[in-house]
Amino acid sequence: MYSQALNERVEGPRIVEDPEKLAAFQARIDAEERIEPNDWMPEAYRRTLIRQIGQHAHSEVVGMLPEGNWITRAPSLRRKAALLAKVQDEGGHGLYLYAAAETLGVSREELYEQLLAGKAKYSSIFNYPTLTWADIGCIGWLVDGAAIMNQIPLCRTSYGPYARAMIRICKEESFHQRQGYEIMLALCRGTAEQKAMAQDALNRWWWPSLMMFGPPDTESRHTAESMRWKIKRFTNDELRQKFVDATVPQGHYLGLTFPDPELRFDEATGHWRFGKIDWDEFRRVLAGHGPCNRERMAARRKAHEEGAWVREAALAHAAKRRARERAQKIAAE
Amino acid sequence: MTTIHLEETPHLTYVLRLADTALVNAHRLSEWCGHAPMLEEDLALVNIALDLLGQARLLYEHAAGLEGKGRTEDDLAYLRDAPQFKNLLIAELPRGDFAFTIVRQTLLSAFFHPFWQQAVGSTDRTLAGIAGKAEKEVAYHLRHAGAWLVRLGDGTEESRRRTVEALETLWPYTGELFEVDTVGEAMIEAGIAPDPATIRPVFEESVDRLLGEAGLERPVAGWMQTGGLRGVHTEHLGHMLAVMQHLQRAYPGAVW
Repeated sequence: MYSQALNERVEGPRIVEDPEKLAAFQARIDAEERIEPNDWMPEAYRRTLIRQIGQHAHSEVVGMLPEGNWITRAPSLRRKAALLAKVQDEGGHGLYLYAAAETLGVSREELYEQLLAGKAKYSSIFNYPTLTWADIGCIGWLVDGAAIMNQIPLCRTSYGPYARAMIRICKEESFHQRQGYEIMLALCRGTAEQKAMAQDALNRWWWPSLMMFGPPDTESRHTAESMRWKIKRFTNDELRQKFVDATVPQGHYLGLTFPDPELRFDEATGHWRFGKIDWDEFRRVLAGHGPCNRERMAARRKAHEEGAWVREAALAHAAKRRARERAQKIAAE
Repeated sequence: MTTIHLEETPHLTYVLRLADTALVNAHRLSEWCGHAPMLEEDLALVNIALDLLGQARLLYEHAAGLEGKGRTEDDLAYLRDAPQFKNLLIAELPRGDFAFTIVRQTLLSAFFHPFWQQAVGSTDRTLAGIAGKAEKEVAYHLRHAGAWLVRLGDGTEESRRRTVEALETLWPYTGELFEVDTVGEAMIEAGIAPDPATIRPVFEESVDRLLGEAGLERPVAGWMQTGGLRGVHTEHLGHMLAVMQHLQRAYPGAVW
């Protein structure tokens, strides 16, 4: 899964950094050194990373919902086990990423409160519904496929804990992508109804998957700093093109048609050229007006609120136990 | 595909009971995925669900082999209707709140841990092999659910109230764990199944120990619910199967 935070400028009080420290920092970045939690870093670098890693973590956690929607209805026990394990992996990714963000001096609770309060974003893709089993195939194939394109470069991102988390995440995501494609393959080799289900899912997921890379480079004004700090290494359009080039032949192998009449292979450049993305839709969904934005946040808030008594009980028990242990120690002395 | 009907021998019925209980319990746990009180529990409950689903798959495969008609694990899971399911009733009750889920998992694990330990010596070597794997998994389930039972019982007024309520609701379903009918008798006699009478003291010892740590008391044993092993279920199982079997039923014969 992927956060679109790479494209956003982080707001906050302007801090004038010590030019010498800043130059030394940039020299380390240019020398491809990893920045570690205790190293000096510019405040804007720290804030950008907190926002980006936080949004990435939120995307993993919110992303559990659309796929979780099919766990109880998975069509075979093998698919059910694979889907359960996959959604569990997403939750695990959320955990490592929150832990990576914590190394920057923000707590997981703070980040999570921002999500629940609607102040932090998560990937727009999870605001689309999973209507049929083929959607589970498409999420693996396209959404995880797009996530991998974005995340492989993040394995070399300049901040050490983030880069290391991404290595493990990428391995798992590529497994998910293959599983998703295999679901699509089974559908496309199945009955006419199954193939129609696969085509319908591709029709609905293709464009939102392309939007996962964020706005076009011409409109994405805030990436220069991230590129300079090597948080980000490729532009949105570069990554989107790589994804299209990799994915189109896979779709054709399945015997499916992409919902883009302008899609054609450009012999001269060796790239697949695609039609115009509906950026109005993208902005609308990011602004909260996708098919499932409200439901997704309501589900997260409900789980959090209904779990409050459990978290309180765990804390109360821990405190009581400490008190009992102290009392025993005193009695023994 | 329409509903299938198996020609059940006591051995097949017995393996189906274990398989169905594992699958139905896994299903209820899987309903927590994405909705647990904290991310760690999303992962942990799914982990337990995955173990149980794995056990169910091995048991269905074994059952299909015993029947010898070339059926698959999916035929057995997806193409039988509620009256043919033989799971313990306790496994099918709706997931309830977190206390309910924890109490249920503690009770089931406290039973199945010694059960699988003993089943390692089964004369049914396939079942013995499954037991070897399940025993280790359930030991962890008991540790995890038991630790939560203690936290919830000893936590706040609210957590204690919810846990007591869950315990009162679930306790009448524990009688079925120890029920021995003619199928059970035949299996115990053949050395295939452990005798639940020998499991009871271990079950009671671990439940009492956990309840003691949690500051709770074992409910008074009164009238016990029964029926699951004979296919007479609560109202909840039919709904669960309607959801679980939906695709297999809607697209008969399709391969997924």
